[in-house]
Parts: sequence; C-alpha cells; structure tokens
Amino acid sequence: MGTLDFNIAHMLAGALMLASMTMLYQKRLFALINIYALQAVILALSVAWQAVLQHAAQLYITALIAFLFKALVIPYALHRIIVRLRIHREIETVIGTGPAMLAGMALTGLAMAVMLRATANVDLLAREDLAFALAVLLLGLMMMVTRRNAVSQIVGFLSLENGLILAAAGTQGMPFVVEISIAFSILVAFVVIGVFLFRIRERFDTVDLRALDAFRGERRLAEAFPATTACNEGDEMP
Amino acid sequence: MTFDAVSLVLIIPLAAAAVLAALPGYKTSSRFNILASFLTLAGAVDLVAHRPPLGSYFLVDDMNIVFIALNTFVGFTTSVFSASYIAHEIRTGRLTPGLLRFYHVFYQIMMFGMNLALVTNNIGLMWVAVELATLSTVLMVGIYRTPEAIEAAWKYFILGSVGIAFALFGTTLIYAAAQPVVGAGMNGMTWTTLLAHSSAFDPAIMNIAFIFLLMGYGTKAGLFPLHAWLPDAHAEGPTPVSAVLSGLLLNVALYAILRFKILFAANAHVIPPGPLMMVVGLATAVFASFMLYPRHDIKRMFAYSSIEHMGIITFAFGLGGAIANFAGLLQMVMHSLTKSAIFFSVGHISQAKGTQRMADIRGLTESYPLLGWGLVLGVVAIVGMPPLGVFMSEFLTISSAFARAPWLALPLVVALLAAFGAIMRHTHGMAFGAAQGEIRPSEASFIPVFIHLGIVFAAGVFIPAAVVVWFQHVAKMLG
Repeated sequence: MGTLDFNIAHMLAGALMLASMTMLYQKRLFALINIYALQAVILALSVAWQAVLQHAAQLYITALIAFLFKALVIPYALHRIIVRLRIHREIETVIGTGPAMLAGMALTGLAMAVMLRATANVDLLAREDLAFALAVLLLGLMMMVTRRNAVSQIVGFLSLENGLILAAAGTQGMPFVVEISIAFSILVAFVVIGVFLFRIRERFDTVDLRALDAFRGERRLAEAFPATTACNEGDEMP
Repeated sequence: MTFDAVSLVLIIPLAAAAVLAALPGYKTSSRFNILASFLTLAGAVDLVAHRPPLGSYFLVDDMNIVFIALNTFVGFTTSVFSASYIAHEIRTGRLTPGLLRFYHVFYQIMMFGMNLALVTNNIGLMWVAVELATLSTVLMVGIYRTPEAIEAAWKYFILGSVGIAFALFGTTLIYAAAQPVVGAGMNGMTWTTLLAHSSAFDPAIMNIAFIFLLMGYGTKAGLFPLHAWLPDAHAEGPTPVSAVLSGLLLNVALYAILRFKILFAANAHVIPPGPLMMVVGLATAVFASFMLYPRHDIKRMFAYSSIEHMGIITFAFGLGGAIANFAGLLQMVMHSLTKSAIFFSVGHISQAKGTQRMADIRGLTESYPLLGWGLVLGVVAIVGMPPLGVFMSEFLTISSAFARAPWLALPLVVALLAAFGAIMRHTHGMAFGAAQGEIRPSEASFIPVFIHLGIVFAAGVFIPAAVVVWFQHVAKMLG
C-alpha cells in the first residue's frame, strides 16, 4: 500500500473524528444535524476508499448505504421531526464550548493511547481506523450523556454508529453479514426512536428529557406534570 | 442437515410472528401464541434428543442446550400466563386489541432473537440476534404508553444502545485480533474456529476487547454500573415481559459473556477474564441488595432482586472451577424459573389489587390464598432458603468462594443477607396480616406458577444424576 493511499484513508478517518468534535459544541439542532449529515458523507467516502484499497466490492454497498441512508434519509427525517415538534428554535446549553472541547480532546487522547498501544501488531490502516473509531465512539457517548434534548441524543447515538462502521470497514475482510446488520439495526433503531419521539411529543409537549427525568423512579404523575409545563413555557410558538 | 435440526426453534417463532401479525382478535392470537411457544419448546426438546453436527453457522453443544431448553420452556409457560394476563388488560381497557397484536408479534420476534443468539456459532450473528431481542423488548416495555412506560422504554433504549455500541466494538476487535491468524472472512467470526486458534491471538487487543464485551453484554445482563434501565423496564412494562426479561433475556446476555470468557480463557497471555467478572458481579450483587430496601413498587423490588442474582451468577462464573461454575449454572436455571414464577404471581396480584404499590397490598394469603401462597413460596425460593434449588447453588458459590477468595466471600454473604432481609420484610407485609382494600375476583392461571415452583423445590431436594453429569460437563467447559 502506497503512502498516498494510506494518507487519504488517514485523512478521511481524521475528518470523521473532527466532525464528531464539532458536534460537541453545536447549540442549534439544525446545525447539529447538518454536521451529522456531513459526517455521514465522510464515512461513505472513507468506506468507499477502504473498498478500493482492500479490493472488497461489498464495501461499496456499505458506502452506498451510509450515503443514502445516513447522509440523506435520516437528516431529512430529523429535520421533519424537529419542525413538527416545533423545537427548531430551541437552544441547548449544557456545557460550554471550552470544556466540551477539552473533554473531547481528552477522550480522543485516551482512545489513541489505548488503541495504538494495543494494536501494535495489526496492519497500519486497520490500526488507525480502530483508534479513530474508538475516539468517535467515545465522543458520541459523551454527546449522549451531556445533551438533554432527545433529538441531540439520537444524533449522538448515530454518530457513535458511524465510528463503529469505520472500525468494521477498516478491519480487513470483516464479513458482510455484519455490515448489513449494522445498517439494519440502525434502521430499526431509527424506527424505534421515531415512534418514541412521537409518543413523547404526544405526552409531554416537549422532547426535553428533563421532563422525562421528572418521572424517574416511583413518583406519581401529579408531581411530575408541573415540571413538564414549566419546561414548556419558554418555547410557545405563534 | 444441520440447518434442518436447528431451524425448528428459529422458524417456528418467526413464522408465528408473521401469522400473529395477520390474526385479528386477541383471544385467537393469545391461543396461537401459546401453541407457537409450545411447538418451539417441542423443537428444543427435539434438539436435545437429536443434537445436530457442528456447522459454521450453528453450534449446539452441552452448554447452550441448557440455555435453549430453559429459554423455550419459560417462553412457553409465560405465554400461558400472558393469555390470562392480557385478557384482564383488555377488560380494564389498559390495552387495545391493536396494541395486543403488536405485542404478540414482538413476543415471538423476541423469542426468535433469543433462540438465534443461543444457537449461533458466529459472534457477529450473535450480536445481531441479541440486538433484535433487545429492541423487541424495548417496544414491548413501552406498550402501555403512560409517561412512566415511555420513560422506561427510552432509558432502556439509550442504555441498550450504549451496550450495542460496546458489544459491537468488542466483536470488531476480536475479529481484528483473529484476522492475522485465521485469515479474512467468515472464519474470523466463527466461534469454534476462534476457540481453536485463540492462543495465537494478540493478547493486547484481546484485553481491550473483553472490557468492551463485558460492558456491552453486561449492560443487557443488568450488571452494575449500566443496570439502570432494568428496574424501570420491569416495573413499567407488561408483567409477562418482566418475566421474560428477568427469566430469559438476562441469561442470553450472560451466555454471550460466557462464550467470550471461554475464548479468552483459552489464551494464556491475556489478563484472565475471571477476576474482572468477579469484581463486576460482586459490585452488582452488593449494590442491588441494598437498593432492595427503599422500594415501594413490587415489580421494581423483584427487578432489583434479578440484578442481585445476576451479580451472584456472574461472580460464580468469574470464580470458575468445577464447583463454582456448576453453582452458577444451577443458580441461573433456578433464578429463571423462580423469578418468572414470582412475576406470574405478581402480575395477577397487581391486577387484582389494581396497584403495584406494596403499601396498598396487604394480607394476600387471606384474600387470595393461592396467589398469596404462590408469592410466599416464590420469595422463600428466591432468597435462598433451604431446601430449595437457589439455596443449593448459593451455598456452593459461597463455600467455593470461602475456599479460594475468603475476602470476596464476605461481601457476598453480606449482600445475600441484606437481600434476604429486604425481600422478607417487604413480602411479610404483603402476604400476612389483615386483608386491605377491596377484594376483586381474580381469574389467575396458577399452573405456570406452580409448575415452576415445583421444579425449583424438586431441584433443591433431588437433581437427577443425568442432569448433574450434564451440568458438570458444562462446568468443565467453562473452565
């Protein structure tokens, strides 16, 4: 494998991680989804490049799925949901840009330190991909735990899945069964989430999970509903 | 040929799901659900009798046949319980016929997912199957559509997807470790091939892979610290779902961990997986046993008890060796049977009383003698009183822990005693004393409850020699 080949793969994997970092500090939902779509495009390119390098035709299909489904269908659907739920003007501030970046860098450093050390004997390309994939996975997880809004949590989950696909594609000749199933499980996951969102919308009038948190444990309905209405006052639409 | 023998336990649930999707009328479909579950059980019995040869996709050995038999058996008894449970839900209007159709379809899809996870010889396919089973239970947990149910399902889903991610990353790492040795392609995912070459895999990758796999599948098994979904999912979903979650899905996740444990134990250079499992298991058991005290909701309490038992079982398997593995296996079987029997009783009790609050449930043995005593017997079994099955397995675990790691045995004993106290205290209030509240007629089906408890009692007194030999063999496989 030539140096250029490797560098392109490296650059794409790095870009994927960069997109994850950028997502950490997005306050507006539309911006977040756009970056997610961008990340999915990068993923598609990255997987396609792996297909070229590994002469693995089945990876083109994975790339195509990533592009069509994750870069087009899901962002479109999320846009629709956001508009329908009337939360497009909502601004989330959970942690500031500075701390988010620092935490993100720390996680990336951790991923690199762990994976590069552990995979000393694996071929170089897979090694880089696994390290970046772990970084994307951890960043996605961080996003899921720091965000309150259900849509941003979904996006965190989806970006985390992008990292998993990068890892699977970068590992030479991983059976196709698995990749199809990944795509499939994302589809299922998405349907599930969609269903949930609409039900949450029906019941709570907001997708802010703080409203859900109020129901934690064994408290009763009456106690929890005032919290829901309080959350709601801010975003009355004309 | 291989495919034909295994296919029964897979095709029946899948076909049943398709039929149930088309069947109108909940009465017919709940009967059909029972029939399908019974046929699956028959398929599993056939599998025990005629074990198929090893294939690259399916693997049936002494170890997973225990799980398959247990899975299909409890699946069948739960479907019997489910029929009488949902009839009541329809009458009270908590569920609509449309939702029930959905419920039955996903019940069978879940059974399919669990059976597939158990019979497959491919770690990728196993991952897919566990995910399928998890997602179908997520949908079933949210079925009541109350805010609590939706929150429970959402929490389950979010934590479940963290588990999904970890487990898949761990699986990818295993493949990455195997690929230089066994070559690219299907071989790197076939469990038997992996086991044969495990000693040559790169230990550094394997170490990291095990952490991800333990965390990932551990989330599904309800292991600390990613157990938070479990009490909510048990409390807010329909009770038959609580029964299969506790009785079956946790076992399937544990089965995945055990398969990987065998794989790792075969490589002398990796950090042994046992101690890690012991620590996680012990932390889970201690944590859950103290969380049992402040509970108000009956299903939530028994959910914490499930977490506690999963901790003990994981500890036993982590400890390893012939006796502890035997104990872990026995405890797993006993816990499944007992806990699902308890949930059957609890389901009927909460329907009869119209509440899950323990403070509002009083004097059951007086108002509903059969239900009340069913619950008491189940509780006596689950806390590990002699001469029942759970006592035997817990005794073996503790004695083997005292022999080999006395300092770890101590917190385990504390956890067991704490759990004993908490569950007894709560149950005493519910079962005895003067009856409270209105006494509505209950059309409970007692057969599943007492079949399960009967087996548990019998196992405490006498286990057939053939079963002992069988379990001992599995214990040896587990190392």
